[in-house]
Amino acid sequence: MLADYLPILVMLLVALFVAVFVIVLSRYLGPQRPTRRKLMPYESGMEPIGPGQRRFPVKFNLVAMLFILFDIEVIFLFPYALVYKQLGVPGLAAMGVFFVVLVIGMIYEWRRGALEWE
Amino acid sequence: MTEITIPPIDWRVATQLCIIFGWASVLLIIALFVPRSRIRVVGYLAIAGLVVAAGAGIPFWGGSAETFGGMLRLDTYSMMLNWLFLAAAAVVIAYSLNYLPKHGIEHGEYYVLVLFATAGMMLLAQGGDLIVLFLGLELLSLTLYVLTGFAYPRETSEESGMKYLLTGAFAGGFIVFGIALIYGATGSLNLAAIGDTLARAALAAEDRTYLYAGAALIVTGFGYKIAMAPFHMWAPDVYEGAPTPVAAFLSVGSKAAGFAALVRFLVEAMGSQWPVWAPALATLAIATLLLGNIGALIQNNVKRMLAYSSVGHAGYMLLGVLAAGAPGGMAGQRGVEAVLLYLLAYMLTNLGAFGVLIALEQRGELTWDINQFAGLWARRPLLASAMAICLLSLAGVPPTAGFWGKFYVFTAAWQAGFGWLTIIGILTAAIAAFYYVRIVVQMFTAEPSRETPAETDPALRAGLVIAIAGILVLGFMPAPAIDLVQRSVLATVGGQ
Repeated sequence: MLADYLPILVMLLVALFVAVFVIVLSRYLGPQRPTRRKLMPYESGMEPIGPGQRRFPVKFNLVAMLFILFDIEVIFLFPYALVYKQLGVPGLAAMGVFFVVLVIGMIYEWRRGALEWE
Repeated sequence: MTEITIPPIDWRVATQLCIIFGWASVLLIIALFVPRSRIRVVGYLAIAGLVVAAGAGIPFWGGSAETFGGMLRLDTYSMMLNWLFLAAAAVVIAYSLNYLPKHGIEHGEYYVLVLFATAGMMLLAQGGDLIVLFLGLELLSLTLYVLTGFAYPRETSEESGMKYLLTGAFAGGFIVFGIALIYGATGSLNLAAIGDTLARAALAAEDRTYLYAGAALIVTGFGYKIAMAPFHMWAPDVYEGAPTPVAAFLSVGSKAAGFAALVRFLVEAMGSQWPVWAPALATLAIATLLLGNIGALIQNNVKRMLAYSSVGHAGYMLLGVLAAGAPGGMAGQRGVEAVLLYLLAYMLTNLGAFGVLIALEQRGELTWDINQFAGLWARRPLLASAMAICLLSLAGVPPTAGFWGKFYVFTAAWQAGFGWLTIIGILTAAIAAFYYVRIVVQMFTAEPSRETPAETDPALRAGLVIAIAGILVLGFMPAPAIDLVQRSVLATVGGQ
């Protein structure tokens, strides 16, 4: 049964070989005349400003978490949209419960100030 | 367009769960609008919800039913456990009502999280499906991680929360992997259906390997929850750092829920494989008994000592689990009864002991040295007697609840043919008696090394009175409790 997946393995190996081969080849065959400007991090031709890895506010973390929450809500809505007629009233009730749970979370984060930027 | 039929739902099965889930959600909102100074109202409301949920279960006592396609069960076994969880949560909240403001960590979320954790425990007791068991476990664990780290910004609390999270998430991974392997081997997630498949015909050799590997992984995961050696290393650190009421909740609720699920899994799904798993579990039980009790022996920190002793108690309950799986109906039922009775006694006793610790805990003073108990009798005779009763019950001295728990567990193990294991159990119980009595001696004979203040408040006293009264009633009149436990049967309702 595993033999069915052999082509995928071969494909993976070929892809790996091509990528590594090209990089190694250009490393050894290409002419290398480094200048200060060439070694600089590429920032669309501008002079780089500040360090490459910058710190950013932890608030983004919170936003990302809330995003995942509502993202999952939407993912759950798509299959429901396809079958809501067949599911009828019980389906509507089930989705209603699902939404109430989400709204409770929403109210909670709102009151606790998770949506305020400052 | 195919018609989708939604099977009817038997709401009786989910009544208690719905009450706790719903009430926790409502309280989460209420807590937002209650001013900070009156947040204790949320605690009272949480206790009210727990009482209502406990009462709502009474009409359904005696029967057994299942719903959501066998995912959720209600039998006398799970009902009995639900009551245990609700009672433990109520006592823990009563302990917390004054503990939280005293330590400056009073937030409404605390009570809500306790309710959600209780719901998770009930899911573990009622789950008839591996996925539901995992869901309950995650709900319980996630809330307990937060509760453990609740004493922010106290460093020990944060540390223990982090340790608990990392190790607990790891254990959760074991369980999911185990579930996947068992599904691969048997083609089902339903406990009863797995049990049927295994009982009917022998599996192919390859599937059998998957099955045993999966079962081993699941037992490892639950073994972590119940603090079974060698997966007990987290317990002392987490108990020590967690806020004391949370440590009490961890030591009784989390352990009881883990045992509830473990018994159901091993008896219902893996019952026919008892000859295979019994020797393995027996080895783990011996390790748990020895490591827990010897570990407790060398502790001078009372909270750590209680943590190790709770590991030891997990060992005694494992004897009951071993008997519960034994073939031949009667022995198995005796095992289930023994586990339940032991859980009941252990819960009352540990709640009492932690209650006394809460009374002795001062803000910012977290040594928990055994010297704190020196001469407690002279200063606070009632508190000292309460602690003495709890410790004697933990040691299993008659006439306390702990004695009947041990008596039942040893009898069940003996009848199931684990004679040598019973002897090891009795020997370690003798070791355990030494470190419990050491504290009693400190309290009654030693001179107070320094003035240790101890404060109680009405809510804490109420919780303590319930626990102590329970220990003594169960100790002197065990008949009603034994009767209740004997009616608690693991009912397999029409497995597919």
